[in-house]
Amino acid sequence: MSFFRGPSNRGILPGFGLTLGVTLLYFALIVALPLLAMLYKIYGLGWVDFWTIISSERAIATYRTTLGAAALATIGNAVFGMLLAWVLVRYEFPGKRILDAVVDLPFALPTAVAGLALVTMFSGNGWFGQFLEPLGIKVAYAPLGIAIAMMFTSIPFVIRTVQPVLEDVASDVEEAARSLGANKWQVFARVIWPAILPAFIAGCSLSFARSLGEFGAIIFISGNLPFETEVVSLLIFIRLDEYDYPAAAALATVMLSIAFVMLFVTNSIQAWQLRYAERN
Amino acid sequence: MQNATDMALPALGPGRPHGRGKRPGTAGQWWLVAAAGILSIVLIGVPLVIIFAYAFREGFGVYFAEISEPATLHSIWLTVLTAIVVVPINMVFGVCVAWLVTRFRFPGRRLLITFIEIPFSISPIVAGVTYLFLYGNQGLLGPFLESHDIRIMFTVPAIFLVSLFVTSPFVARELIPLMQAQGSEDEEAAITLGASGIQTFFYVTLPNIRWALLYGAVLCNARVMGEFGAVSVVSGAIRGQTNTLPLQIELLFNDYNVTGAFAAASTLALIAVLTLVLKYLLERKQLA
Repeated sequence: MSFFRGPSNRGILPGFGLTLGVTLLYFALIVALPLLAMLYKIYGLGWVDFWTIISSERAIATYRTTLGAAALATIGNAVFGMLLAWVLVRYEFPGKRILDAVVDLPFALPTAVAGLALVTMFSGNGWFGQFLEPLGIKVAYAPLGIAIAMMFTSIPFVIRTVQPVLEDVASDVEEAARSLGANKWQVFARVIWPAILPAFIAGCSLSFARSLGEFGAIIFISGNLPFETEVVSLLIFIRLDEYDYPAAAALATVMLSIAFVMLFVTNSIQAWQLRYAERN
Repeated sequence: MQNATDMALPALGPGRPHGRGKRPGTAGQWWLVAAAGILSIVLIGVPLVIIFAYAFREGFGVYFAEISEPATLHSIWLTVLTAIVVVPINMVFGVCVAWLVTRFRFPGRRLLITFIEIPFSISPIVAGVTYLFLYGNQGLLGPFLESHDIRIMFTVPAIFLVSLFVTSPFVARELIPLMQAQGSEDEEAAITLGASGIQTFFYVTLPNIRWALLYGAVLCNARVMGEFGAVSVVSGAIRGQTNTLPLQIELLFNDYNVTGAFAAASTLALIAVLTLVLKYLLERKQLA
């Protein structure tokens, strides 16, 4: 008995064959085929060459820069995101609706535009840079600039994952805790924090994953110095410019593997979050 | 039940009821609100303001002269053209996927939903590189294309293709949770009463999902117009030919034409602001 025959399995609606066909064909042509083409290229490269490319000193320096900046950006977004989610859910104040809408700007604004704005703000004579550089804080053309570009482009993740969960924290549970004598810190630590923790971690991992792959905003602000302010995506781009396609493919495969690991991690965290939500 | 698609990325936007909040009572609570406001202005507001401030700093005349530079005008046209080609195709794809996974149960359904979302997890630059290894000279189809004298890499169709890749999940992501929640009773009733599949879709399904569909299209459009990494790999950035607006911004900036770069950026920033406004309005429609 085939699952793909007989309407009894799926009711009376038409279009199963058509939509399945369109979906699979489109996915195969637009998404799967290019990915397989690159993996095929890597297969042809051989293990030794692959390893030599991805463990070269310059490549390792880009991993360090990328991971360090992404970690810094994620910490920044964790704090800023929690603060914004908390304020947007808990309080009523003038301008709240605007704030809630503006939070999504980093997703709507093209990354090249963000990069251009950030480098202009933080360069030596920019609006912020002119005050920061005398203090010895160099942002533009420095690793800190990479972190800020990554942070800007992934601001909404933590806010938008924590916000709905925080809204669902039942106020009666909170009131019960208060009436049983818990002070507000205890309520936060014992009642609210455990409930939002999975969503918070999920938001942070999404933010981290996005930061690892960011390119458009970073190339404006980083200065792109090998061994200092060069991220992995930029090194891939440089290798392509030099027609060194095997190196570009190898480094892209490293990024792709990290992306899939992050996807797996995020999905697992979110599955955990769902189970958690259902249990409560 | 929450859908897998709903989980992979946080839902964009405020579309939730506001109501449980209360006015900050203590000084500490006001400090929290003030800190959130000031940080948002510094981190999100100032970058937006600076784009328009620099675009217009030499006056309207210079601004319009920069915008109407032939290369910039061409890049605006190419960006609009890309959106005109890509957004409708991904709308059709999104509707197909959503219909498939919300109206039928079949083995592999959850896996399919995860697969559809893959482009969200892949760095744009990697997306560009994969296309290079499919259609480029060194790519899988390279020899075949060359022998038939077909060029795809570093042409406008390559820009369309990577844009399709990068934004393929946008519409489906908005539709799947909604169609899941609505259920299929309306459509089943229509079919039972003798409507054809096409009639059912256009008279029953489409009116139910039109705002979410439009919302997905708006988000898809914003991303298509702003895509940088993937396009920069496959377009070759040939001035006046395959240079989209985001690439033109970088080119002007590297030429030390700061006002020109900001003028070009201001058009994309305006589209971003319009996107947020449309998103806000569409979410209210959806809630209503």
